[in-house]
Amino acid sequence: MTVTTALLELKHMSIAPKKTPSRLLVNDVSFAIEAGKTTCVVGESGSGKSLTALSVMGLLSKQLQLITGKVLFNDGEAGIQDLTLLDAESLRKIRGAKIAMIFQEPMTSLNPVLTVGYQIGESLTTHLGLKGDALKTKIASLLEMVGIPHSRANSYPDELSGGQRQRVMIAMSIACEPRLLIADEPTTALDVTVQAQILKLLDQLKTRMNMGMLFITHDFGVVADIADNVVVMFRGEIVETGTKEQVLNNPQHPYTKALLACVPDVEGKKPLKPIDYAWLEENQIAQNAQVIV
Amino acid sequence: MSETGLNSGKFILIANHLVKTYSQRSGRFGFGTTLVKALDDVSISLREGSTLAVVGESGSGKSTLARCLLQLQPLDSGEVLFDSQDLAKLDGAALRAARKNLQMVFQDPFASLNPRMRVGEIVGEGLLIHGLGSSTEQQQKVITILKRVGLTEADMQKYPHEFSGGQRQRIGIARALVLKPKVVVCDEPVSALDVSIQAQILLLLKELQVEMGLSYVFISHDLRVVRHIAEDIVVMHQGKVVEQGSVVDIYQQPQHEYTRNLLAAIPGKKVVSA
Repeated sequence: MTVTTALLELKHMSIAPKKTPSRLLVNDVSFAIEAGKTTCVVGESGSGKSLTALSVMGLLSKQLQLITGKVLFNDGEAGIQDLTLLDAESLRKIRGAKIAMIFQEPMTSLNPVLTVGYQIGESLTTHLGLKGDALKTKIASLLEMVGIPHSRANSYPDELSGGQRQRVMIAMSIACEPRLLIADEPTTALDVTVQAQILKLLDQLKTRMNMGMLFITHDFGVVADIADNVVVMFRGEIVETGTKEQVLNNPQHPYTKALLACVPDVEGKKPLKPIDYAWLEENQIAQNAQVIV
Repeated sequence: MSETGLNSGKFILIANHLVKTYSQRSGRFGFGTTLVKALDDVSISLREGSTLAVVGESGSGKSTLARCLLQLQPLDSGEVLFDSQDLAKLDGAALRAARKNLQMVFQDPFASLNPRMRVGEIVGEGLLIHGLGSSTEQQQKVITILKRVGLTEADMQKYPHEFSGGQRQRIGIARALVLKPKVVVCDEPVSALDVSIQAQILLLLKELQVEMGLSYVFISHDLRVVRHIAEDIVVMHQGKVVEQGSVVDIYQQPQHEYTRNLLAAIPGKKVVSA
């Protein structure tokens, strides 16, 4: 993994609340994402995985600040840029066009009073200036691409099922053919059968459009299905990185091992083992962090 | 590993031919009505001391089944036999008495606890309603069960918002078990939890089952979880039971196509189990 091929590179990112800058929620996080590859960030709730993703897009809430770190994004034409240094106007040109994001809740992230066709078309109009028939054709082809009949463009979000809504979110995010897609637990709220379809769809799109994907999840099953590389986060720090095979089959860090041990398997042979946080402490991980459970 | 040693083959809860229909507004301006069959001739039986898992997609009727078993919703027709009584025919007071033995653990640990009640009151409310013991005895029972589920005596004075998701689910379990019920219906008790917390709660449920001789009806959509906790399984699809039997048999040789689809959709089948 060299700097030249990386699509996105996070360097020494630390995030803390503005009021208590000493309490690091994300502590010195660095990793890289390549084009056409999926990097999964895995961790429990509170491990800082969503904050990391939000900070890439410059979407951190006002109470939080990026204390140190660079977000180097290879823009293609414009070369490598540090997203943290860009002003609001330049960031807006990148969001949606070059980097897109899918959120966790398909129920709450769509606007209920606008048709899904309109919502998909919004970024096309803003970034590519599409109008009229060209816009309609593009929306129809995007809907077909994610497996929704194009006649549903005039439907409102409440007329679609959860899985369809998440597909609409995907259609919106890939509308401008972004170079990087950030997916924050896109399948957590969905049924297993629908989840399998969505994962397959994302994987196909990734290959077809040579898109880099930053995929946030807490489900190792999903990781096994979709990831190329895995980043394991615990209490704001990266404890392990590697390829999917390395991390899943030969985990090095005690936390990764513990996390894998509490995933139930399909055969039911493996005894479930909850994480023993005290034992982890003894193994000198995150001495200063507060025990969450 | 799933055998608890308590399985006697005797059925503790039997539901026969349950039917529940919801009406839904449809057509232009919602003037028409269509009927949705949430339960369409569903029959299940729960062996004493064992766990019966009910799986299916959302909308398959599994939560409706949970609620109808405990008569939290009236049935259209069918009977629920517990202790040789038909719960569907019981009136208010008799039903309340029967519910002492039939408790429920809910899915959302955030929504199912009253935010204005202290944990001691939440857990002790069932004892109060059923008039079990003096107030000091009740207090003592609450403390015992809280300690058993991994909380402390001091937690009685706290409010639900002071706890994490996993701890709140422990409170929900304590509330269900303080009455020493015979049957506990768990409606997706771990689906809102992190995988690490999920393992803790599943193990706790299993330990408590052995200790207290509980029988569980376990509603879930996660077939990996079901494999670990249940002995028997019912697969539901669009309000109908499409397949039922022992977990081992159905996971190895699913007969119905829908079951096969569900099993094939489990994420990361190959790598994690390797």
